[in-house]
Amino acid sequence: MNQTKLEELASRALSMRRMIIEMLAASKSGHPGGSLSAVEIVATLYFAAMQVDPANPHQPDRDRFVLSKGHAAPVLYSALAEKGFFPREELLTLRKTGSHLQGHPDMKKTPGVDMSTGSLGQGISAAVGMALAGKLDKKDYRVYALLGDGECEEGMVWEAAMAASHYKLDNLTTFLDYNGLQIDGPVQEVMNPTPLDQKFQAFGWEVIQIDGHNFQEIWDALEKARGTKGKPTMIIARTVKGKGVSFMENQAGWHGNAPNAEQAAQALAELGGGK
Amino acid sequence: MIKIATRTAYGQTLAKLGEENPNIVVLDADLSKSTKTADFAKKFPERFFNAGIAEANLMGMAAGLAASGKVPFASTFAVFATGRAFEQVRNSIAYPKLNVKVAATHAGITVGEDGGSHQSVEDVSLMRSLPNLTVIVPADAVETEKAVRAAAEHQGPVYIRLGRLDLPVILPEDYEFKLGKAVALREGWDAAVFANGIMLALALEAAEALAREGIEVAVVNVSTVKPLDTATVAEVARQAGAVVTAEEHSIIGGLGSAIAEALVENCPVPMERVGLKDTFGESGSPWELMEKYGLTVGGIVDAVRRVYQRKAQG
Repeated sequence: MNQTKLEELASRALSMRRMIIEMLAASKSGHPGGSLSAVEIVATLYFAAMQVDPANPHQPDRDRFVLSKGHAAPVLYSALAEKGFFPREELLTLRKTGSHLQGHPDMKKTPGVDMSTGSLGQGISAAVGMALAGKLDKKDYRVYALLGDGECEEGMVWEAAMAASHYKLDNLTTFLDYNGLQIDGPVQEVMNPTPLDQKFQAFGWEVIQIDGHNFQEIWDALEKARGTKGKPTMIIARTVKGKGVSFMENQAGWHGNAPNAEQAAQALAELGGGK
Repeated sequence: MIKIATRTAYGQTLAKLGEENPNIVVLDADLSKSTKTADFAKKFPERFFNAGIAEANLMGMAAGLAASGKVPFASTFAVFATGRAFEQVRNSIAYPKLNVKVAATHAGITVGEDGGSHQSVEDVSLMRSLPNLTVIVPADAVETEKAVRAAAEHQGPVYIRLGRLDLPVILPEDYEFKLGKAVALREGWDAAVFANGIMLALALEAAEALAREGIEVAVVNVSTVKPLDTATVAEVARQAGAVVTAEEHSIIGGLGSAIAEALVENCPVPMERVGLKDTFGESGSPWELMEKYGLTVGGIVDAVRRVYQRKAQG
């Protein structure tokens, strides 16, 4: 990835982080921690990897993205707005009555959302179905999904993992946002899902471990996944929950609480880049 | 008389539909020989996906296939399709209104020997409560073929309830099935029986028996439980003035509840529900169990006599 692209992605990511804070402050509810941890992953997908057309969101040959950890909807909405699927101002309607930006992604309401998610474990399974359809139709599109680490406590994730390798879905690439925290605390204390790398390897996946905030590492992993044949790829991305906002970083308490006006102002000041 | 299970008719229809519509794909959870999706799997192996014994993922994969333009039929036993995978049907299929057809077999107590753990008596109740979902309970092989074809053509999620037991075919080949339409098979002014599934044949027999006593009973096939044909139901109830429902399902939440809801708002009349009285099933031969739980011609006849009497007493 060249320097220009890296700089573009960094600027997209900053813009997305600002949008996440702004929309959550406006909605007064929602999930900042797991949205901020996935910014670099989602930015790389939408601004470097995926073939999508905001003017034609249902184009059948497009790449697909399923946000299996659907509570991180703000990170997806920020990418879609940044990409031009809908006007940026609409982000401030997040979670409000009548808005097309639901608390969790809704494919019927929001242009660019490929699957309704939010109930954990279900998104990756739908992504497996999409990848099966791609194989059946001999299409070249790729299917991407983003799992949470706490989400891997859901049994359904492992049903889907089994099926993805059984059906040799090398057109499916999944990120695991390994930020280490869930609502009740550290994942290893609440219900230890580790070792996640060995588990997915044992389920027949190609597993790559990266720093989930490093664009070059994300890009290289995606390239490797593209070249992997006969099995799906799991990119385990080490991330920091609440990344970019000092008082939110590594705090389980910021999983599902929106910043108030003062906290939002502080977060935006820390992030910088405002006009 | 030729007897054929609705699951068998489903399998045969699916295999035919596979030729007509290349977008149809079929998923099963290790029960394809029992649900009869094996007929399709044999003809179109590349369009058949076994989820293994993993019903949650069965529904999730079906949702993903539907989101990519396929018309998936997802099959397993009714207990698992609607119970084990309830929330997958809710959030991944009904909520996003994806074009998945959940075709569940082995519904009701006529599963027989496998016992109560495998006899779904609450599936219609669960599926009927989900917005966007159409719910169909065909009565025999003829109606099953037509219902499966209608489901394939309908844009949106559908639940089809099918049985294990071989049954006589009671409807004529040219029977007109329309999604969302209740069909009066017999006229009558003294009382009306609303039935579906296996209970429709028994309702028709009950009407015959009552006619010999001079009680004329209308019999209506309510195979689409949702959306309910409220207009027809209310009209027949108004004419008859007394109503009995008959279903191989709990009296809570299924056809009986749907009819009661419609009538209490549109045309309240004396009413009784024949069905499982808030109980699970058990092991036994299918017809012995039907007898034990009162799902019989006699059970319907008695219920009609009681509502007819209540009507007469005003």
